[in-house]
Amino acid sequence: MSLVARVLEENGISTIVIGSAKDIVEYCGVPRYLFTDFPLGNPCGRPYDHTSQRLIMSQALAMLDNCEVPGTTIDTGLVWDDSASWKPNFARVGDDNRAALLAAGDARRSAQAAIREKNISAQ
Amino acid sequence: MGDTTPVEYMRRTREYYAAHGYEKPYVWAHFSDIPFAPLAKPLSDSKVTIVTTSMPDASYVKKQRRFHLGDLHNPPAGFFTDDLFWDKDATHTKDINSYFPGQQLAAEVAAGSVGSLAPHYYGVPTSYSHRQTLTVDAPQVLQSCQDDGVDVALLVPL
Repeated sequence: MSLVARVLEENGISTIVIGSAKDIVEYCGVPRYLFTDFPLGNPCGRPYDHTSQRLIMSQALAMLDNCEVPGTTIDTGLVWDDSASWKPNFARVGDDNRAALLAAGDARRSAQAAIREKNISAQ
Repeated sequence: MGDTTPVEYMRRTREYYAAHGYEKPYVWAHFSDIPFAPLAKPLSDSKVTIVTTSMPDASYVKKQRRFHLGDLHNPPAGFFTDDLFWDKDATHTKDINSYFPGQQLAAEVAAGSVGSLAPHYYGVPTSYSHRQTLTVDAPQVLQSCQDDGVDVALLVPL
């Protein structure tokens, strides 16, 4: 999506990226980025919480109004929960799930190989 | 208060897929220059659209993901998000307003802080291939924005 922002900007359309994968968006480089430190999935606010949803929209519009320096990030300041227990859990790799992850990868590669084989046979 | 450091998604994703047995790490897009288009007119006179990474329904799964557009004045009650890489343990996408701000943007139009809704919103696939995004999907979004007379785009990746 950051690549889309860049193409639109190069063609005169102002953009803002609103979301949570801060390192990925900043590494790509976009003109305006409104960051919220939430789990991936809810860039526009907490589900069913109109307060955070309205706040993010109003901050996005304010940033569009005021930002003059490309590559600017603003943090909405919203916090998902006090424990932040979701952070270490996302895409976690540990000794207890390493074998299961590898098995899942193997299963996926086998399925993809079967599809490729089938497509070759059909040609 | 828990950890306030943002999650290192690039490192975490590299390790996650390496654990799945994928040997070649993903290379994220990176540019040193950043384009910038200042607002051409005040927001209160601007036509604004929304660009999402979600898809209309399950027929768009995996490699069937493709550019789509819909009526921004009458968006659907929800989009298909199941096969996107979001945190399915910590949250959910049952409330469209948490990932597609159609109602919030309409409220700003009604309040006069935004000029108007664009006729369409756009959906773009998250693609493994930068080339696919840069040569196929982004040009489609650009062309549609130009056709619709869009001044400003809100990009909301899940």
